[in-house]
Amino acid sequence: MRILPVLALLLGAQAAAAQPVTPQIVDDAIPTSLTGRPGDAARGRAIVASRSTGLCLLCHSGPIAEERFQGDLAPSLAGAGSRWSEGQLRLRIVDGTRLNADTIMPAYYRTGGLQRVARAFDGKTILSAEQVEDVVAYLVTLKD
Amino acid sequence: MTARLLAFGLALVFAASYAAAQAGADKRRSGYQDMGEALQKMQDDDTANPGMLFVQLGGQLWAKPAGAENKSCADCHGVAADSMKGVATRYPAIPQGADRPVDLEGRINMCRTENQKAERLPPENRDLLSLEAYVAHQSRGMPIAPPYGPVVDAFRAQGEGIYRRRQGQLNLSCAICHDDNAGKKLAGIVIPEAHPTGYPIYRLEWQALGSLKRRLRNCLVGIRAEAWSLDAPEYVALELYLMERAKGMKLETPAVRP
Ligand code: HEC
Ligand code: HEC
Repeated sequence: MRILPVLALLLGAQAAAAQPVTPQIVDDAIPTSLTGRPGDAARGRAIVASRSTGLCLLCHSGPIAEERFQGDLAPSLAGAGSRWSEGQLRLRIVDGTRLNADTIMPAYYRTGGLQRVARAFDGKTILSAEQVEDVVAYLVTLKD
Repeated sequence: MTARLLAFGLALVFAASYAAAQAGADKRRSGYQDMGEALQKMQDDDTANPGMLFVQLGGQLWAKPAGAENKSCADCHGVAADSMKGVATRYPAIPQGADRPVDLEGRINMCRTENQKAERLPPENRDLLSLEAYVAHQSRGMPIAPPYGPVVDAFRAQGEGIYRRRQGQLNLSCAICHDDNAGKKLAGIVIPEAHPTGYPIYRLEWQALGSLKRRLRNCLVGIRAEAWSLDAPEYVALELYLMERAKGMKLETPAVRP
């Protein structure tokens, strides 16, 4: 009898976590974590390096020596953590069009405003909230 | 005297700048120029270019009777080196009796269904690609010369619209990569200007001959856009626009690409 409301609370909490969070933008940043927890920099590095998950090195270069094939469509990620605060980095990953409407950088945590998305990806964000936090945690460490 | 000298001087200046403009005018680069020397050599040497095997196969199919009419391409068109010369430079085009543009493989399939009374060959079918390569090879070295007219122009405009519109989960357009960032590196690969100069191409990544549509699908899948089915008119529209962008550039069929 006492278990039921607890279960309801748990289920409720799970349902809320599955919904995309609406990030709170303050000036040019999203100051608080999308998950309420800090991300994991090591996992973030793996996401940035991955050609199929982060896709970052398609366009950017960065201090990831084992990935020989890096792009030059965008500024190097080296030093990103000294140029920008954690919150500024978070907004740049979540949706760079908030800062530059013409940017070619994909919005990694947005589903609206896209056309002809392949069925397998329709309605999904490129990265999950957890993955965004991992990437942010890694970028913050890129001091030089 | 001074006036005449001045006029003469001006004429010289104009002539010089005209020549400079001519020389500097065409900065367009075929994908050929963006690949390594080894691949350029492979394309240039007919005995090393894998696409030439398909051209040869196409030559055999050209002479082979097919369909209920039991007629070969050669029965109607004779020697391809004469009758097919220049044809590939103007496709996609609207064939007589059709109301919309078709690309070269579409035109070949029209001949099969209407003149040979044979089955349509499906997209990326080896015989279809070989026939297409054989026909297009007859125009190797000739400048691309697109057709004009109200209907074909409307399709081309639609193609340009597709080319410039952002799409897919990565929200990119063809123009962002191939106009704004051509020559830069996408994960270590030089982004070419996307000129349809060599199709069908032998692509090393495919280990096969493939059509321009197959290449366009690769780009669509790369940006996580929904790819049209291979018989969709959107590809013909895009091809029309790409041919217009490449107007005057020389055909290379069969090209080799990485
Ligand atoms: C399709 C190209 C593309 C991809 C993919 C891409 N970016 Fe970017 N990014 C850009 C461009 C271009 C800029 C420059 C700023 C602008 O255009 O607004 C940029 C800017 C940035 C900035 C700010 C850089 C600075 O120092 O000013 C950061 C940080 C960043 N990107 C991180 C990432 C990460 C991390 C990923 C992958 C999860 C990623 N980007 C994927 C194109 C891209
Ligand atoms: C994110 C960047 C990107 C986008 C967007 C893109 N492409 Fe490409 N495209 C490439 C790259 C890179 C290659 C070369 C790949 C290789 O050599 O392996 C290429 C190759 C091509 C080629 C082959 C050129 C040749 O020399 O044979 C054509 C044609 C082409 N793209 C057309 C298009 C069209 C049309 C669109 C839009 C529907 C498009 N691309 C979207 C990156 C892109």
